[in-house]
Amino acid sequence: MTDTTLPAPRRSGFRFDRYASGFLLLASIVLYVGLVVVSGQTKYLSVDNLVSILGRSITLGITAIGQTFAILVASIDLSVASLISASAVVTSVVMNGEPSMMLPAILAVLALGAVVGLINGLVISKLEVNPLIATLGMSLIIQGVLSAFYNNFAGKVPVEFQIFAYGSVGIVPYSLIFMFVLAGLAWFVLRFTRFGSDIYSVGGNKDAARNAGIKTSGVIIGAHVVCSLCAAIAGLYLASRLRSGAPWIGAEGVYDLESIAVVVIGGTILAGGRGGIWGTMAGVIIFSLIDSIFNVIGMDAFVKQVVRGIIIVAAVAFYAVRSKRPVS
Amino acid sequence: MTEQTLSTPGSARRRLLQINPVYVLLVALLVAIVLLNPAFMEPQGYMNYLKRAAALAILSGGALYVIVAGGFDLSVGAMMTLTVIGSSMLASNDPNSTYWIIPLMLGIGALVGLINGLVVSYLRVPSLIATLGMMITLTGVAFVWSGGAPRGYLPDTFRFFGRFNITGVPLVNIFPVAIICLVVFGLILWWGMHRTNLGRMIHAIGDNQRAARLAGVPVERVRITAFIVSSMSAVVAGVILGGRAGVSVDIGSGYELQAITAAVLGGAQLLGGRGSVPAAMAGALALEAIFTLLNLLGLPQPVRQVVQGLILIGAVALAMYRRKRTGR
Amino acid sequence: MSDTPVIEMRNISKSFPGVRALHDVSFSCARGEVHALVGENGAGKSTLIKILSGVYNPDSGTVLIDGKEQHFRHPQESLLAGISVIYQEFSLLPERTVAQNLFLGREPVRGGVIDGRAMEDETRRVLGLFGARHHIEPDTTVADLDVASQQLVEIAKAISLSSKVIVMDEPTAALNESECEVLFSLIDQLRAGGTTIIYITHRMREVTRLANRVTVIKDGEVAARFDHVPDPETIVRTMVGRDIADYYPPPGTPQERGNVVLGVRGGGNAFLRNIDFELRAGEITGFAGLQGAGRSALAMALFGAVPFTSGTVTLDGKGVRFTHPRDAIRAGIGVLPGDRKAEGLLLMQSVRDNGMVTARSFASFLASHRTNAHTDLAGMDKLFDRMEVRAPSYEQEMRVLSGGNQQKAIVARWLALKPKVLIFIEPTRGIDVNAKAGIYHLMRDLARSGAAVMMISSDLPEILGAADRIVVMREGRIAGEFPRGATEADIMLSATGEKHLAGEAA
Repeated sequence: MTDTTLPAPRRSGFRFDRYASGFLLLASIVLYVGLVVVSGQTKYLSVDNLVSILGRSITLGITAIGQTFAILVASIDLSVASLISASAVVTSVVMNGEPSMMLPAILAVLALGAVVGLINGLVISKLEVNPLIATLGMSLIIQGVLSAFYNNFAGKVPVEFQIFAYGSVGIVPYSLIFMFVLAGLAWFVLRFTRFGSDIYSVGGNKDAARNAGIKTSGVIIGAHVVCSLCAAIAGLYLASRLRSGAPWIGAEGVYDLESIAVVVIGGTILAGGRGGIWGTMAGVIIFSLIDSIFNVIGMDAFVKQVVRGIIIVAAVAFYAVRSKRPVS
Repeated sequence: MTEQTLSTPGSARRRLLQINPVYVLLVALLVAIVLLNPAFMEPQGYMNYLKRAAALAILSGGALYVIVAGGFDLSVGAMMTLTVIGSSMLASNDPNSTYWIIPLMLGIGALVGLINGLVVSYLRVPSLIATLGMMITLTGVAFVWSGGAPRGYLPDTFRFFGRFNITGVPLVNIFPVAIICLVVFGLILWWGMHRTNLGRMIHAIGDNQRAARLAGVPVERVRITAFIVSSMSAVVAGVILGGRAGVSVDIGSGYELQAITAAVLGGAQLLGGRGSVPAAMAGALALEAIFTLLNLLGLPQPVRQVVQGLILIGAVALAMYRRKRTGR
Repeated sequence: MSDTPVIEMRNISKSFPGVRALHDVSFSCARGEVHALVGENGAGKSTLIKILSGVYNPDSGTVLIDGKEQHFRHPQESLLAGISVIYQEFSLLPERTVAQNLFLGREPVRGGVIDGRAMEDETRRVLGLFGARHHIEPDTTVADLDVASQQLVEIAKAISLSSKVIVMDEPTAALNESECEVLFSLIDQLRAGGTTIIYITHRMREVTRLANRVTVIKDGEVAARFDHVPDPETIVRTMVGRDIADYYPPPGTPQERGNVVLGVRGGGNAFLRNIDFELRAGEITGFAGLQGAGRSALAMALFGAVPFTSGTVTLDGKGVRFTHPRDAIRAGIGVLPGDRKAEGLLLMQSVRDNGMVTARSFASFLASHRTNAHTDLAGMDKLFDRMEVRAPSYEQEMRVLSGGNQQKAIVARWLALKPKVLIFIEPTRGIDVNAKAGIYHLMRDLARSGAAVMMISSDLPEILGAADRIVVMREGRIAGEFPRGATEADIMLSATGEKHLAGEAA
């Protein structure tokens, strides 16, 4: 920061940006409740319904937790949707209805996630390929390999494994608990460990982090491994819920774009170095509420897609116009 | 152009080394195809190849405008789909409708490009997110318009540009109209990028947006124009593709990444500042040649995706490596 | 002091494309000394330090630490060897707290978890060394601190590492007098404790106050080495390497001084307050001040990039209001940005394209890129020739040119439009010494041809040497105005506002 760049005016007191995701969450809750009350469909206000609203966002939520790591380190991962498909297919094909194959399948999927994350991280940090391109390329490769072998639902998930998606404690599904535990774990890592601290440092200013002795490549690779592992777990969950896996389920859910969108809505900036997990979780809930609002008003599926696209862009714009960083 | 170059003994060799590798690659691929399939030497063979490649080549030339300006346009594939679906819905089997449908579609394309450009310039949404949102939106619009399943078909007057072959031409016997379109639009795109103030300013904002702004370049207007060119070239590509392949709901999907891959193969600098229309078009021809080659080798369709992913990553990694070696 | 030097750099050479940064430089430091490394901007000091810290690898030569040869390939290795560097460009993370920045990359871990308490305690201890007057809380976000406090945090970071060697690259650029004193007494303490300090500066006052030994770097080579601190004149002479009189062009004559071209009354915005000044045709007006004093903000306000929100601006006597650079350019104002790489150069474009860009920006989109209302390719080539832009070919990419030639090419961008006011921000930053004189003469020629030249520089000797009149800024205001012939002390006093501060404290 020399005199030739403008000094930032001293910001003082309350910073709207830091709490924006909370306000958005509040606004969408108010909108939802208001809509339900006005339209007299109060059955949508029960605890059961609340749980089911959240339950629809588990795949997105788990993916977004990983995406938060990638974006915090100033990278991005567009291969998550393909990886979700691949993981779901691997899950159902390896299990093939056999409860005894559950563990090997889970291990295989986690290994797949780790390898994909490792390759993404290596290509981005060592070959210095732009992360958008690296992960888009990876997405094509995964999707191509997957489509070469499968073109429809393949294999079957045993009933025992479906508990992951359908089991519950009382009315709270295991998967919902799992998602929040995972979020808690991610929060702990980011807040209290050296790795988490390094992620913020590398994302905030790569050169400064390097000058301070941080091995930036290792941190970027680590963040991508976490991101891909989360996508792999999301694939496990999706296979459990759909009872099988197919090569298009990730792309159909637009999980790449939507995971980025909820991370951004949650206040993590795309340039890296600022944000956190709870914002992302707020973003996930906002998205579920928006979905529920669509349901309440009975919106056509394709119109819904159009409106979602617009909402995503609007949400990113909401933050972007506030930041002084240049656009690309 | 080179009157300032000092004539040194090594300059001829250096000029040889400066030939864009994409042309060498294209020639090598064509030779390989001929070796595998001598029938390719017949006019029927290479004319059909060029006809197949025409849509992608025009699209790549247009997408290059956005890439050189420092962004991405992922909405072009969906724009092609919308062009085909929308035209078929509007035509309702009336051959005379083509004369107003194509201008109307170009108008819609310009509007889409304008919106993309406005969102990126004034709402500061990263182009990747903005155009992904636009892609979802346009795909949704196409679905809603067609009611989920496309009815009707395109009249012959519309399909003329993509399908018709002029016969009885001396030497080659057949000459597809698509190739005439390719040459005409190729020349227009080349002229706009390499012979006008607009083209030089697109280079400038992609190279260093802040410097360009301080030098007086109307950055927003230039960037919006680049997006408009990109979208309109997608409409042209859509007309040609629809003419050749007929109506289907996912006809344009995947073309956005193929266009970026073609531009990268042609040596375009991602995130802006450098790129050549002829080289990007040669990149498109090379990509189509690779696909042809894969077909000849009897490899299944999905392998295309894998190869495309590898090319994308490989080309960017190579460019980064070369840039590092020749100094910052 | 022990016999083996703590640091010894032998015969270091380093080149970048188009620039020979260092040639056969040898440099050594003993334990417990303050070694001043002086030289003009662009002489090669920073490159030498970056080699020492492992950011760059030298093309040839060796680095010895405590007599052992080392090949640092990553800054971490030099940190482990006990060398820490306070870079001129801040390496703080604005979104993180002071404590997190202090422990960047070396957070204390207990049981796998970062020990936040230990970090806060240690941060409090180190920051305590600055005294109560410069109180900074460990959990403040760095973005909320002012520039001077950020600089102090940067210094605290190096101290808390308890390194054997601390390199300070112009650490006082943003500090006022009392903050400087705090730093100086800290340096005295560190030296007494056996720490070696490499102190980079071009302020002679600080060399006299602090240094045990002095090494002068000029044009990438060691120009002189002094085992005692000589009088400032001797150092300056070796630094500049010629008589000052030839170096700077002669001042403007009263005949050359023309009418007021640009005037500002009561100008203000988020960065500036109550700005009053005038620029005259035929005159070079220098703008001095500390980092963050608002000089660039003033330039950007005049240029319409970050407009004034209050006050009036007149150009040739007529009221004007620029809210966009294009407005200002149309009215005849041009800017040469200080951070050329970030704000001025189109590195991948040809030299010609860099020269033509502004003229093209005001022509029709679809018109030929070769010619426009202001100039054409042949005219631009002639302009380059006249300014002696040295390039293998004007079709070459801008990035292969040296800093001085790049600067000239950007000046050509504006000359094509014949501007009334030309604002140079840090005109010679990163330009080698030989090319500097060329830039000064260029500025003078421009003034002679009737333009008003505004020169913003952090290099005080350069302002004293090249400007006809000096305006000093402090904290977003105009703090004073001096005629040519003012001394360095006058300017510094006005820029740091010591008297003003003391009055306030009393």
